[in-house]
Amino acid sequence: MSDLTKLKIAEARDGLKDGKFSSRELVAAHLTAMDSARGMNAYITETLDKAVDGATQSDDRRAKGDVGKLEGIPLAIKDLFCTKGVLTTAASHILDGFKPQYESTVTTNLWNEGAVMLGKVNLDEFAMGSSNETSYYGNVVNPWRRTTDDQPLVPGGSSGGSASAVASNIAMGATGTDTGGSIRQPAAFAGIVGMKPTYGRCSRWGVVAFASSLDQAGPMTRSVQDSAIMLEAMCGFDPKDSTSVDMAVPNFEAALTGDIRGLKVGIPKEYRLDGISAEISNLWEKGIEWLKNAGAEIVDISLPHTKYALPAYYIIAPAEASSNLARYDGVRFGLRVEGVDLDDMYSKTRGEGFGEEVKRRLLIGTYALSAGYYDAYYLKAQKVRARIADDFKEAYKSVDVILTPTTPSAAFAFGEKGDDPLEMYLNDVFTVPASLAGLPGISVPAGLSADGLPLGLQILGRPFDEETVLRAAGVLEQAAEFTATPTAWWRG
Amino acid sequence: MSLDKNTVAKVANLARIRVEEKDLEPMALELNAILGWVEQLSEVNTDDVAPMTSVADMQMRWRQDEITDGGYQSEIVANAPSEEEGFFAVPKVIE
Repeated sequence: MSDLTKLKIAEARDGLKDGKFSSRELVAAHLTAMDSARGMNAYITETLDKAVDGATQSDDRRAKGDVGKLEGIPLAIKDLFCTKGVLTTAASHILDGFKPQYESTVTTNLWNEGAVMLGKVNLDEFAMGSSNETSYYGNVVNPWRRTTDDQPLVPGGSSGGSASAVASNIAMGATGTDTGGSIRQPAAFAGIVGMKPTYGRCSRWGVVAFASSLDQAGPMTRSVQDSAIMLEAMCGFDPKDSTSVDMAVPNFEAALTGDIRGLKVGIPKEYRLDGISAEISNLWEKGIEWLKNAGAEIVDISLPHTKYALPAYYIIAPAEASSNLARYDGVRFGLRVEGVDLDDMYSKTRGEGFGEEVKRRLLIGTYALSAGYYDAYYLKAQKVRARIADDFKEAYKSVDVILTPTTPSAAFAFGEKGDDPLEMYLNDVFTVPASLAGLPGISVPAGLSADGLPLGLQILGRPFDEETVLRAAGVLEQAAEFTATPTAWWRG
Repeated sequence: MSLDKNTVAKVANLARIRVEEKDLEPMALELNAILGWVEQLSEVNTDDVAPMTSVADMQMRWRQDEITDGGYQSEIVANAPSEEEGFFAVPKVIE
């Protein structure tokens, strides 16, 4: 039955429907696989009992003819989503022992559609990182390795546990969150599909906040179709999130017609970075060729403010984080380090509870918002952000989607980019602009590097036009014929 | 604009994050590197550009000002490191 873990969500859905196996069997196969994959450190908390109970209940519902969109499908949940009664850490020491008394809207939606939780997966602390090296619960290892050496590689971040779990078949799909690329970049590094919908599609209620004007949840899966299925279950209007958009949720799966004849695909010249590897630009060329062969029209476009997206992001995201993370004060939840007085308790709790990268960003954010510097940094960054959003608006007058690489390189080794925060930040150079503009984007595995690592291509779309993004991604996926899988060294 | 050690100490105090004296200098260097890189934003002409304050084109919704939920005192304090009689307990604030 171990083959069950290799199924895609759509295949498992059919197998369950046809009675070939039960959700209990499907979940049991995953729990066994999880057991042998602990070396990857993808899960922070495995919820075995919940998984077995959930599967049993799902089989009962199915017997009664009550079948949700994800009925009986085992999923991993990024440990940034609050799950009632289940430890929720945000991979931070400061949330020690935190068991939410409520369930996030996105996970509630998933359970309402019949999905089963396998556990909570690792991430960069408070989703701040691009390599999953900042988790208090240790590094997550990428299931992929170079063909040239055995060095462990990073899975990307911040949704690194989600990416590793899905790529190594210890979850059929996983939730991720994307603030500047945290779904798309790890998806590219792990050879899977990761989609960030338009800002406002998925409710942020019950998701531990990092940067509220950027945070958006999305699916991470092994196919575009699976992402469409999962996204449809995740999103929807939620009055508890003031930025949730009151719009009908389309049937995303139905958008995968495979027909992109006449679709206008923009190729932004500013994404042709100096010094980018030939591998990445060749892959991009291939992607252009694939879409052209499928009948799309390729259009050269310009997004002139692209180079300013990263510096703007690294003011806006830390500024919002410095405000959001003020709530961790040792009073209401998590860690408390006693001090001589209240202020001392706050400072010690936060000094000890936050990791280095989080502290760095909170200090930058606090500085950028402080009296005398607000205009120079925060206000300026928000104005530049408006110009970046305008670039996209202008581009979408002449194109329907935009095709770019997802990352400037394949997965790298631990410690390779750890010393210089700026070098690490550059990982998100292709993903951050769309985050700032709130646009939907997807990463599709499209090829392998010379040393055997997956590489991704990104498709961006108009606001709330996930359907076209998915349709183009489906065509890309079909043309790329990416079937490579990592060698299961972790079972070793 | 350059941050010195004293500014880092001041910002750390504003953020209520204890930073050890010995870590102030290295932190100042790191933050300066980041802020130096951010300086390039000044190249962008943003005269007449309104700062982006909302991502999706939408109006904030109105709702009736009424109580629709509540009555969870024990759930609210369930995760508190220190709790007394259904209240959050903190070190003495008033002398």
